[in-house]
Order: sequence, then C-alpha cells, then structure tokens
Amino acid sequence: MKYAYYPGCSLNATGKEYDLSTKAVAKKIGMELQEIPDWNCCGASAAHLTNPDLALALPARNLSLAEGLGLDIAVPCAACFSRMKATVKAVRDDKKVLEKVNEIIGMEYHAENDVYNMLDIMANKVPAEEITAKVVKPLTGLKVACYYGCLLVRPPKTTQFDNPENPQSMEKVLRLTGATPIDWSFKTECCGASFAVAKQDVALEMIRRILENAKLNGAEAIATACPLCMLNLDMRQKAINAKYKTDYHFPVYYFTELLGCAMGVSPKEMGMEKHFAPVIPKMEEVWQRTQVAGREDQ
Amino acid sequence: MRQITLGKEGVEKNIIQTLQEKSGVRLSDCYQCGKCSAGCPVAFAMDLKPRQLIRLLQLEQVDEVLKSKTPWLCATCQCCFVRCPNEIKIPNLMEAVRQEAKARHIIPEKDIDKFNNLFLKNVEQFGRSHETFLMGFYNLTTGHLFQDVGCAPKLYFNKKIRIRPHVVKNKSGVKRLFQKTIEKGAK
Ligand code: SF4
Ligand code: SF4
Repeated sequence: MKYAYYPGCSLNATGKEYDLSTKAVAKKIGMELQEIPDWNCCGASAAHLTNPDLALALPARNLSLAEGLGLDIAVPCAACFSRMKATVKAVRDDKKVLEKVNEIIGMEYHAENDVYNMLDIMANKVPAEEITAKVVKPLTGLKVACYYGCLLVRPPKTTQFDNPENPQSMEKVLRLTGATPIDWSFKTECCGASFAVAKQDVALEMIRRILENAKLNGAEAIATACPLCMLNLDMRQKAINAKYKTDYHFPVYYFTELLGCAMGVSPKEMGMEKHFAPVIPKMEEVWQRTQVAGREDQ
Repeated sequence: MRQITLGKEGVEKNIIQTLQEKSGVRLSDCYQCGKCSAGCPVAFAMDLKPRQLIRLLQLEQVDEVLKSKTPWLCATCQCCFVRCPNEIKIPNLMEAVRQEAKARHIIPEKDIDKFNNLFLKNVEQFGRSHETFLMGFYNLTTGHLFQDVGCAPKLYFNKKIRIRPHVVKNKSGVKRLFQKTIEKGAK
C-alpha cells in the first residue's frame, strides 16, 4: 500500500505528534507514505471565506503535484482533507472550473487521483487483521471518546466518508487496540477552531460543551483525527477550567498515537510528551490495569 | 410590533439577487423549520440565528443582515446544511453575505477579519502557514498583546513553533497563484 502524503502546515508545527505517530504506524503495517514534493498550504478556512478561486487553487497545486507521482493522497489533517476534497469535487463536477484552476496554477491537473483521510485509510483500506496482528501492548478497556469534529464527515457528498451524525470509523479502529469507545453526543460538534484565536470566548464555550459531554458519558480520554481540534481540546482545557471553574484534565490523543502505543511504538518516539495535558501517564495506567487483570485471571 | 416595508425595489433586490447567485441558495426554499438554528454550535453567540437571517432576507431586510455578526461567526461547520430538509447551503449563504458586507466596508467582527487576512498574507509570503508570525502579528495588530502568550513557551520549547518559517521552494509559483486569483476576482 502506497500513498502520496500531504502533512500540511499543522503537522509540521503544533501537530508534530500526529505526523510522527502516523509515520510510525504506517511503518509498522508496511504502508509507504511518499511526501508530496514542495507542497503548499491548503488555505484552510481563511481562503474560502475570502476568495473562492484561491480556495480551489491552493489545494489544486498540491493535488497536481501528487498526480505527478501517480498516487492517491493520504491526508491526516481533517481541515486540509476537507479543502482537498472540496477542490476535487468542484473540478470533477464542472470541467470549466478545472480549466480555470489549471490556468491559475499554471499546471496540468486532471483530478484523476483520489484523496483519503488517514482515519478512512486505517478503518477501511487496511485490513483489520493487519492491525490486530501488530498489537502487542493492548489498551484494554480504555474508555475513549472518539471525536471527529466537523470537517471529516461533513458535508458527506464532499467528504464521501462515514456518517455525518454518528460516524463509527474511529471506534472501529480503536476497538482493534482493545480500547472501549464510549457512546456520546458531541462527536461531530464543531470545536470552533477557525476562531479560536480571533474570538476566543466563543471558542471556549464550544470546547467546554464538548468536554462536558465526554465527561458525562464516562470518558477517561479523548481521541481525535485533527490537529486543530487537538490544539483546541488539549491546550485550552486550562483556560476553560479558569474561566468556568471546571476541572477537566482529559488526555487528548491522536488516534494514530493510540494505535502506535498499542503496536509497541514508544510514546517518546511519537512526541507524546509534547501535549499540554499529559497523555503518557494514562497509557501507563492502562497497561498496568491490563497486567493486574491478567494476573488475577491466572 | 415592528413594521417593515415589503417588495422593495432597487438596491435591496439587487443585493438579494447577488447573494442567491453567489451562494447557489434559493431563499424561497426555506420553510423556516428552524433545524439549522437548533443544531448550530455557534447560535448562542449570534445576533441573528441562521433561520432568522434567512427570514430577513426573504423579507428583503438586507441592511439588518449586512450589519449582523452572524455570518462572521459562522464556523462553516456544515451542520445546518447537512440537517436542512431542503438542502439549503446556509454556510455558502453566510460566506456570500460576509463578502457582500465587506465590499461595503461593513465589518462587524474586525478581529476575525484581521486574522483571516493575516493568515492569507502568511501563505502568500511563505507558501505555508507560519504559526509564530501569524499569532505575533495578530496580537500586534489587534492589540490583544498577551493572548495565548502563556502557551507560547511550551509550544516553543517543544519545537512546535519556530522562529524561522518553513518556506515553499517554489515561492514565486505560489505568489503567482495568488496574483492570478486576485486578477480573476477583479474581473
Ligand atoms: S433548516 Fe433549512 S428549511 Fe429549516 S429553517 Fe433552516 S434553512 Fe430553513
Ligand atoms: S455552518 Fe455556520 S451557521 Fe451552519 S451550523 Fe455551522 S456555524 Fe452554524
């Protein structure tokens, strides 16, 4: 299995662990990821709120570069994924748009390759046995809230991935590690990442509601597939606790970090000490619990 | 009870026409069920709920809509669109209203506007988004000098934000792309 890999700006910076853990897991299951040469930013929501042509042209340049490699594209970041899929759909739906985009980027893009998010690949392209075969340190019983956010699953005609109200891909993948995903209602609620900087009071309230629902449903950890959601949920717990006099201390993981941990990749190797709310102690606790339970069984 | 004049001519009609064309939304498709507002995660902060914004446009009350914070607060999360029984592309409509307001220099959420502009400047310059510059310039231009500064040492220490930006090698290519879209926009 080989894909063109588009890390995007976040995975080079605040989302470094997502990059490291994705690559570590890919290596374990023998998946090849070839980084798109000289990729550029996808424009995120700023571009499509400002200039619709720009919002298509920025991803199109990357898509075209990947097409040159003759590969489908694997995208970990949910926001980049959504921009790329929107571009693919726009140019496939209307030849004129494709011509216009090609003129802007000054390249020949044909929209022949497909774009998949990393979660889709792990849940639906990689056979489950290939993952379970690699699980050596199971995360037995970890009560995890799988958080998708908005862009991975919406709108479904664009993302062509899972169910927009109650997706199950992350649950499916994480169950393979022995974890126990919980049922909860906020898995596709928006975290407000697009104005976490410019309109922080609003974003904090949106994040608080997500954390509260995870807590009410008994989660001990949150898993995500998006570096922007991660930054919001992880880094801003402190600000939320200060503002609302709450007491949230969720470890927030990339789903790839959990996969990696279960496959015996060391948390350090994936940069997991870089999170704001510590995430390694929970892993150790889970492994300890498994050992104790194992001894009691004997 | 508030009195409004229906069936206005001229400017209002034109704006409504533009909004519908730009967004691909037919305003008369909305039967005001309110599902969009019920699910909107930002509704609590909006001065007009999504349903109300559409209602005002149906009634050609363009001024109130252009002045509203709502389109600026919309996070484009697509929840409303996915749930709307009439598949009305509300996020596209929000986007169109925002662009229309901006063209008239009505910017009710200045910080959000500044952030987006800076973000794109960043990408135009470096081909990639550079978080240190983005945060720094944002804090300087808006006067929110210390926002998130508490988080910066940890981010920097963990090599998550850098002082030197990542730069795309083909910088002129990306700049050219920006230039081209601006030309297209002007046409
Ligand atoms: S959900 Fe659709 S039909 Fe219902 S009020 Fe909103 S836009 Fe109108
Ligand atoms: S797209 Fe905008 S209006 Fe629609 S639910 Fe999301 S934030 Fe609300």
